[in-house]
Amino acid sequence: MYVKITGINKRFGDFPAVQDATFTIRRGALAALLGPSGSGKTTLLRMIAGLEHPDSGDIVVDDRRLNDIAPSQRGVGFVFQHYALFRYMTVFDNIAFGLKVKKMPRAAIRQRVEELLTLVGMAGLAKRYPAQLSGGQRQRVAFARAIAPSPHLLLLDEPFAAIDAKVRRELRVWLRDMVGKLNLTSIFVTHDQDEAIEVADEIIVTNQGRVEQRGAPVELYRAPATPFVTGFIGDSIQLDNCQLIKGFEELGPVPGAVRPEFIGVFHPEAEIPYANSAIDAKVVRLAFRGDTFEVGLDLRGCPLTARYALDSRPIAVGEIVKVLVWRLYAFTGERVALVNNNCTGDHPQGYSYVI
Amino acid sequence: MRRKPEGLWAWILILISAAFLVLMLIAPLAVVLTESLREGLKVFRAAISDFYAVRALYLTLEVTLVTVILNTLFGVVAAWALTRFNFRGKRLLITIIDIPFAVSPVIAGLIFILTFGRMSALNPWLQANDIKVVFAIPGIVLATVFVTFPFVAREIIPVLEARGTEEEEAAVLMGAGLFTIFWRVTFPHLRWALLYSVILCTARAMGEFGAVSVVSGRLRGKTLTLPLHVEILYDEYHFGPAFAVASLLVMAAVVILAARNLVEWLAKKERR
Repeated sequence: MYVKITGINKRFGDFPAVQDATFTIRRGALAALLGPSGSGKTTLLRMIAGLEHPDSGDIVVDDRRLNDIAPSQRGVGFVFQHYALFRYMTVFDNIAFGLKVKKMPRAAIRQRVEELLTLVGMAGLAKRYPAQLSGGQRQRVAFARAIAPSPHLLLLDEPFAAIDAKVRRELRVWLRDMVGKLNLTSIFVTHDQDEAIEVADEIIVTNQGRVEQRGAPVELYRAPATPFVTGFIGDSIQLDNCQLIKGFEELGPVPGAVRPEFIGVFHPEAEIPYANSAIDAKVVRLAFRGDTFEVGLDLRGCPLTARYALDSRPIAVGEIVKVLVWRLYAFTGERVALVNNNCTGDHPQGYSYVI
Repeated sequence: MRRKPEGLWAWILILISAAFLVLMLIAPLAVVLTESLREGLKVFRAAISDFYAVRALYLTLEVTLVTVILNTLFGVVAAWALTRFNFRGKRLLITIIDIPFAVSPVIAGLIFILTFGRMSALNPWLQANDIKVVFAIPGIVLATVFVTFPFVAREIIPVLEARGTEEEEAAVLMGAGLFTIFWRVTFPHLRWALLYSVILCTARAMGEFGAVSVVSGRLRGKTLTLPLHVEILYDEYHFGPAFAVASLLVMAAVVILAARNLVEWLAKKERR
């Protein structure tokens, strides 16, 4: 593993910002530190960069322990949340700053900066000042400035937060391509799960200073390790008591969660499999979502969200429909188990698990 | 929203403020200028080219220059330290910087008399090394520095605080040293606020009376600054010369105000 974070702790006064964080990232990966605000993700990133010092634990990159190495000697590039471009320097001078500090010869600096400007698609804008650039262009300059001294590891703090929604999508794809092209191990911080799922190869989910789970986006979605990850990645509805759902009585009164694709919704007159496991529920909301309807259901006072195929027999708000919950996540303490409806044996039919 | 004044009340308020300004500021200044010329241009010229007046003018300029340099250095360093580092007692230090604004200048003068004067514990050592502080120029400089030291720090701290530390952090990550960071990254943000505060500090240092009058000892031709010289002339019933020398200070103030407005205008223009 290229990046190894082991047992990191950090307190700010009485506030435990990071608690016993341990995770790894492989070489060349684009990893996301994903979590709600205050979950410690930015603090972790800043500790890797050397802008904060951990109270305990080890930060190892490429078999080199970084804890006591000065920030500038760590070989790390950093893109700040608001880019932190030098306001009183041109685009050229911004990108050249790190190279000048390293006393690179002038001609080499000029060549490197021009190469980078072309790489990020900003050739010809070298003489502009940051205030004369759009959000997306600033982001590109910040990226070019961070990679100018050829770092081994690129860190990005909420790289898309300051950009409007439309440009953000473009930039995500751009960043992915760019990091792929450079084969540069990168870690970015985000609180947006869609962003993490779309951009990252690996996601490290943080919550209240702890690392909840690390894995590929599909793994996190399919097999969340904690109730928090279940709720944070993908859509799901929390259940106070799994027993209320037919087919899960033997679980006992434990809390849990269901994803929309775990729920089958059937027209009241439709032929359905496992009819004796179906429950009546009232349609309270029906929203067209392009390829499906999103159905809001009231199941014995418990609100659920499910999907309903466009070509099925039409249902209407207020109608009583039949509902079959194929599977759900049952929580026992901090653990999560994926449980199938006992009517189906272990092989749910009429249900395909698609991600 | 700024709008054109409407109705009686708006005009009454404007009239009151204008009348107050005329009565309290413009009229007295005008009096100073007319009084200074009442006894004729000849007296005026004699008063301001008088040996002691010229010595006082030079002393004032010297003290002001030294004070402004010291306070600029102190202010920049203090503002940088207070906004860039987190440490215990930081809030307390920020409060302490304001003390000279809260303390009467006379008390500031007395502090230095007590610290460096004959009753102080330092006195034997000062005497042994032949260092004169009180009733000498070092005392005047100290008193002036004390009274004006919040100007620069106070003006810069909000600018640095509002801007955050990200640009400096970016420079640190790229391996820049403290001097490079200050000069290339931080200073460009500060320059207008710094210039502005230096101008205010100059104005205050030139005009300082209370603290300086306590520590000066009033040795004519040696420890008299312009404001003290004016007072002595006035006390000796030399009204014409007193007003003539005072008018020099007034003119300096007008020049400083103009410079301040120019700086404000330039800063605003650049921000646009």
